[in-house]
Amino acid sequence: MKDKSIGDTLLTALAYFVALVMFFPILWMLLTAFKTEQNAFTIDPHFLFVPTLDSFRVALEQGSGYLHYALNSVVSAVVSTLVGLLLAIPAAYAMAFFPTKRTDFTLVWMVSTKFIPAVGVLIPIYLVYKQLGLLDNLAGLTLLFTAMNMPLLVWMVYSYFKDIPKDLVEAADIDGASTLQTMRKVILPLALPGIASAGLLALILAWNESFWSLTMTDHRAATLAVYIASFKSAEGLFWAKMSAASVLTVAPIIVLGWFAQRQMVRGLTFGAVK
Amino acid sequence: MSSPAVATSLPDKRAKPKARLSGAPIRRLLAPAVIFLLVWMIVPLVMTLYYAFRRYNLMMPEITGFAGITNFKLMFTDPTFWDSLINTLILVGASLMITVTVGLGLAILFNRTFVGRGVARTLAIAPFFVMPVVTGLIWKNMLFHPVYGLLAWVFRHLGLNPIDWLAQYPMLSIIIMVSWEWIPFALLILLTGLQSLPEDQIEAVRLDGANKWQEFRHIVVPHLGQVLYVVVMLESIFFLTSFAEIYTTTSGGPGTATTNLPYYIYQSAFFQYDIGISSAAAIGAVILANIFSIFLIRFVAGNLNAGSRR
Repeated sequence: MKDKSIGDTLLTALAYFVALVMFFPILWMLLTAFKTEQNAFTIDPHFLFVPTLDSFRVALEQGSGYLHYALNSVVSAVVSTLVGLLLAIPAAYAMAFFPTKRTDFTLVWMVSTKFIPAVGVLIPIYLVYKQLGLLDNLAGLTLLFTAMNMPLLVWMVYSYFKDIPKDLVEAADIDGASTLQTMRKVILPLALPGIASAGLLALILAWNESFWSLTMTDHRAATLAVYIASFKSAEGLFWAKMSAASVLTVAPIIVLGWFAQRQMVRGLTFGAVK
Repeated sequence: MSSPAVATSLPDKRAKPKARLSGAPIRRLLAPAVIFLLVWMIVPLVMTLYYAFRRYNLMMPEITGFAGITNFKLMFTDPTFWDSLINTLILVGASLMITVTVGLGLAILFNRTFVGRGVARTLAIAPFFVMPVVTGLIWKNMLFHPVYGLLAWVFRHLGLNPIDWLAQYPMLSIIIMVSWEWIPFALLILLTGLQSLPEDQIEAVRLDGANKWQEFRHIVVPHLGQVLYVVVMLESIFFLTSFAEIYTTTSGGPGTATTNLPYYIYQSAFFQYDIGISSAAAIGAVILANIFSIFLIRFVAGNLNAGSRR
């Protein structure tokens, strides 16, 4: 733009300002993570200080158990996403390439289960899990994450499959390929970027999930959400440590999230906004 | 797309492929996902409905049996339930208004081209990816704390009395936190909507001498209407189920000031062990969510049809 008016410059400045305000709590957490506990808990906040890695060391040391919770988070997020994809891909494949009269209904029904509030199914699941010994059990939690993300995965993979010409499936069919072969050799390679982004979104949502972790796990299967929540009674004693643990938990997801922005819009709105 | 069809009566307009594959093999591909969702979502939902009509308290296992509408009666006479219902509606309504207005303003701001737009937008949407538990703790401690919090420091420097946010304005504090997390969501989706504006139409009204306001009123608003609709519906459903932000900050208090429906259900199940009443309240939450999701699902189903007509 050649003739930039003052208004234009002001609007740009406003955009920067708002972006900084929105980001500030995260920045403040990041700064606090590099402080000593004394520096973190002061009446007049310290903006300039000598950064230290002490809090990260404390957060990661053996006794804190951080790694135990981190491992649970990684396992539940990754396995729930893989199991989800394993179930969602065949379903999406069937619906995208071999639609029947009931396909639209099935798809919409699957999407609609996403809108059942978790509290609506919490009590029976808790009681049944208790009976089956699945409380505070990583497999039990992982399957809940799978159920939570399944509608999204089916929908996203379906919408990527729909972009692939049906002729390809028919051609493979005529060449005598089995369903599994067609799926593996023809369709999956083409839809791989889409499947990867669906998986990425499911991974982020599972990692950040807190309702099921807080209600269904205690220690053994507890994830980082439960660990971080345990700081809720810390009242100023461990702000630096809390921030360090939070940064370690949040940073990877923020980075992944930046990559997933566009797919996120497509996935979370169930294709209503592209 | 303007008149979305009802989900259950979608006509199948797709050309059927001449594939050999049909019937049983297809069902075999579809079945695992369907069964999984049935077992994890629909069966528990039916069980919740069943419990809502049972006498069932974990502390009194000897009392069982059909309760009729007793649980609902008890729930409707429990003032905490009404508080939680009102709190839920306030939280949803206020957060919606804030996230949609601010999100729309930001989307318009970020729809212009300027140096460093990518970086600024990236910073602005980062809060959406922060785990809600972390959001709760960071705001409660480092920002809202009445003495050591950053806001208290800012207030002192402005010559004002620091506020004990979570004690004096508990609901407002929760709304601020939830809005901080979800403004990026509204921003991102509305920005996507703005970027798919019909450029040729805008060009045309500009040539006709329309001013910025007319352009906004006649082109941008109708196009964004649908996008806004989706944002409002989705956010309503997510806001209805806010939990972690409350769990980590106020635990529903002071008193019942920030107890919303999910927290009420959580408390009556896990602290009063009353499965019957908490199930009755859970049915209430499902009905409330359905009011929004029915419209959303119709919209999604309508889109599905429009997509297949392409």
